[in-house]
Order: sequence, then C-alpha cells, then structure tokens
Amino acid sequence: MASVALDNPEARDAIERERRREVQRKWLLCAPALFVLFCAASGPLLIVLVYSFLEAGEYTGVVWRFSGEAWTNVVLQRDIFDGTISIADAHVSILWRSVRLAFLTTLVTLVFGFPTAYFIATRPPSSRNIWLFLITIPFWTNLLIRTFAILELIRNEGFVNTGLMALGLIDEPIQMLYSDFAILVGMAYVYLPLMVLPLYASMERLDFRLVEAAYDLYATPFRVLRRVIVPLAKPGIVAGSILVFIPALGAFVTPRVLGGGKKMMLGNLIELQYGAGRNWPLGAALSITLLAIVMVALIVYVRTVQRGEEART
Amino acid sequence: MSVQTAGGAATGRAGKRSSFSLRRQPGFTTIAIICFLLLYAPIITLVVYSFNAGKHISIWEGFSLQWYVSAWHNEAVQDAALRSLILASLASFFSTLLATMAALGTTRTRPFRGLTAIYAMINQPLMVPEIVTAVALLILFAIIKVATGIQGMVYLVVAHTAFCIPFAYLPIRARLEGMDLTLERAAADLYATPWMTFRRVTLPLLWPGILAGAMLAFVISLDDVVITEFVKSAGQETLPTYMLGQLRRIITPEINAISTALLAISMLIVSLFFLISRKRA
Repeated sequence: MASVALDNPEARDAIERERRREVQRKWLLCAPALFVLFCAASGPLLIVLVYSFLEAGEYTGVVWRFSGEAWTNVVLQRDIFDGTISIADAHVSILWRSVRLAFLTTLVTLVFGFPTAYFIATRPPSSRNIWLFLITIPFWTNLLIRTFAILELIRNEGFVNTGLMALGLIDEPIQMLYSDFAILVGMAYVYLPLMVLPLYASMERLDFRLVEAAYDLYATPFRVLRRVIVPLAKPGIVAGSILVFIPALGAFVTPRVLGGGKKMMLGNLIELQYGAGRNWPLGAALSITLLAIVMVALIVYVRTVQRGEEART
Repeated sequence: MSVQTAGGAATGRAGKRSSFSLRRQPGFTTIAIICFLLLYAPIITLVVYSFNAGKHISIWEGFSLQWYVSAWHNEAVQDAALRSLILASLASFFSTLLATMAALGTTRTRPFRGLTAIYAMINQPLMVPEIVTAVALLILFAIIKVATGIQGMVYLVVAHTAFCIPFAYLPIRARLEGMDLTLERAAADLYATPWMTFRRVTLPLLWPGILAGAMLAFVISLDDVVITEFVKSAGQETLPTYMLGQLRRIITPEINAISTALLAISMLIVSLFFLISRKRA
C-alpha cells in the first residue's frame, strides 16, 4: 500500500512533466509565425499609437516631442491666421461619409444577399456547391479589378450611359462617377460575397419543420419570413453585417477609384497625410480612430453572439 | 405519421395556390437571379472589351488580341508582373511554412494557457483594416530604412508573409482537426522516430491542406493593393499598384487585358483549391 502511495505522486509528476514538455513544444511550433505577425502586424500598431502623440515634422515624418495636436486635429482645426479653433468641417464630413456609406453598404448587401443566400440554401444539395462556388469566385478575385469593372460600367462613356442613350431614355450621360452613389455601388458590389457566405452558413441547417408548422398555423409567407426564417438566420445576419461593415468603413481602393479624390473616405484621408498632406501624426491619430470604431463593432458582434448562445441554452 | 399529415396538408394547399412550396419565399428567386447576373455582368463586360479592336473600353469595334500583345510588350507591365509573381511565390512559401507549424502547434492538443491569445494573434490581420496596417508598416519600415539603410524587396516579402499567414493557416488547421492521432501512435509503436512519423505519416496526410493554404496565400498576395502601395519603394510596382497608377490616365483596353490575365490566374488557382478541398469530403 505504501509503495502505491509513493508511486502515485511520482507518476503524477511524470505525467505533469510530459504535459509541460508538450505545451512547450506547441509554443515552439507557433513561435516563428507569432514572431513575424508581431513584427509586421501587431507590433507596428503600437508605433502608430506612439506617433499619434508626436509633433509633425516640417516636411515629412515627426519631431520626437509630445503633442496632443494630432488628436485635436481629428475633429478640430486651428485657423492659420488668427489661431481660433473651430470644428474641422472637412474631417467631420469625411468621417460622417465613411460611417454612412459603410452602413448603407451593409444594408444594400443585406437586402440583396439575404434572398440570394436563402435561394442557395433551398437548392437541392447537389447543386448548392455550384451556386456557392459562383458566389465565392468573385470574392477571391482582385478587388481593384472588380472596382475597375464597375468604373467602366458607370462612367460617362460607359456601358450604362451609352445603353440608356441608345434606348433614347436620356439625351446626355448621367454623371454617376465621383459621387457617393458610385462609391456605394462599388462597395456593395465588391463586398456582397462577404454578406452571402455567413448568411448561407446560418440558413444551411434551417429546420423547415418549423416553417411547415408556421404554415399549418395559417401564417402568410411574409409572416413566416419575419417570425421564423429571419430569427433563425440572425447569427448569419449579424456576422455578415460585421464582415461587410468593417472593410467598408476602412475602404481605400473603392473610394479612391470611384470617388476620384473628390469624395473621400477615412482611408483616403489617412493616405493623404502620408502623401500630399504630410502630417504623419494626424494620419496616425486617424488610423487609431478607425481602429477604435472597428473594435467597438467587433465587441458588439461578440456580445450579440454570446447573448444568442445564452438564449439558446 | 404526423409529418405525413402535415405534408398532406401542404399538398392540399398546393391545389388551391399554384405550385406552393414550403421553401419558397415570393420574389426571392428573382432577386437571387438578378444578384448573380449583377455579380458577373461587370466582370464579363471587362473581359469582353479586353478583346476590343478599338481603343475605347465601351465602343465595340471588332475582335482583336492587340491589347494583349501591347501589354505583353510593355516593359513596365513585364516588370510589374514578374515582381508580382516572385513576391506572391515567396510570401506564399514563407506564410505556408509558418502557418503549417502554427497549425501543428494549435491543434490536436488539450487547450493550454495562451491558446486563445495565439488564435487572436494569428487572426489579427483579418480584423484590422488594411489601411491601418499599411500605415503602421510604412512608419516602421521608414524607421528601419533610415537606421540600417537596407533597401529592396525584403520589406514587401515580410509584409505579405504576415498578412497571408491567417489565410494559409485556416485550411491547414481544418485538415489537421479532421485527422486523429491513431496513425501517428501506430507509427510510434513501431519504433519510428518523431521526425520519421512526421515525414512519413503526418505530412502526406496533411499535404492537401498545405497545398490549399499555399494557394490561398498566393492569390491573396497577388491581389493586394493597399499594403503594397504603402510599403513599396519607388520603382517597386506590382501589377495591382501599376494598374492603380494607370487609372489616372486615359484608360485603354490594355488595362482590361491585364485585368483579364490576372482574373484568369486567380480563378484557375481558386478552382484548383476547391477541387483539392473537395477531395477531403
């Protein structure tokens, strides 16, 4: 009996040691990837944070002196002549446009994406993969090229305008390019797959016995949609909305190509600070602002998912 | 039994309404079809006009391959295309290597402390807007360039490797999670060394996942605009940044031809990816 009692702690120690060695091995395997990610993805974000509190250099870069100027400049501006401080209309309107367009893009992709995802989810299993593949293909092709395809369609000499003129519906081209509308169309187009895929994932396993029960209780198709299908697809709606909202808010290529520098979004304003604007700390402060909005959106998402899981259990 | 009765009720109603189906929502099929058409119409138009004989991108003047020929002979395009391919190959190789190790490190184990942090770190490039990462890298690399004087492609390779890691990681991890440790244990029972077990058992089984990961990483690197635009030095154009620069000028179908070529490469690789991941099922 005594020997068993003596054996047990030893055995436990050996197991514990082996377990610790395994964890060590796992960490070692992850180390190189974590190192590269720290150097070229997470770490640099800290530098951006530091830079947002520095003074702008005269021509480019920064002066290593603490300053809150960049953060004030995000929404305020100082008059160069008399030094009075007022709201920076340009920045506020760009911020507002970014949030509004990102929100509208989410809405448009949802309106088009929901029926499309439902359509795919209700196909026979054999053909579902083909429809899904058709949605995925544009997602993996170059975003710039897809934006460029929209540019070709809606420019003054583009297909849409020449088509409408040939039909005699309009006499002269409608100026669609370089407007908020153009950016909205472009973003809805390029981000649509990001909405459809999570929606499909949540509808794929939809229990149609519930739909059947609703019909048996004399629900109209619209009521079935509103009271049965939409609530069941809610996780997909939330996930898709987040997946579209985040890249739309930080969009750079689409507003640059379709807004043509006239209609800027936050991403373009940030770029300006590293190009013609030459105000690195302001660019850093704007980047952190963008990151903060994205983080809030992500936290809201995680909370919603958790609440959904709690409600189900 | 009850299911059958309910089915009977549904068929009964089908008699009154023409073609009633449980799964149908009015108008949804129409919207879905419109959606698919809208998704492909712009791309198809772009491809069609790359074969235009005239120099307009919206007036059709007959079939011709002249824009492909002119793009092929354009030295700036050749240079950018070569750089894009080299960069995508290097980034895909390194990110897949790192992602494979990380996937082996995070699967088939009991959860240990820090695992969630590792996941968060690996997925971080997917969460942070590209423009923010681009600005961050611009600042970091500017500091390093001043301090060390090192120039060249190395910055682009490091930046691309980092944001390709999560894309390479996902299919490899998915593959590993579907593999249990039975075969590895059997190999160990037969006195195989850990390295031999890895090379002769784990790696061959994991290979489709690795290949899929490498393909995704390649496509993601090939398509990147934002981070490349900020990180590149003068004269380091890739195909996407070259195209972005060209958009300020008068656009000729040469851009369509380049786009079509890039589209073809991406679609080919993605189709292969789907075939490989389907084999698993």
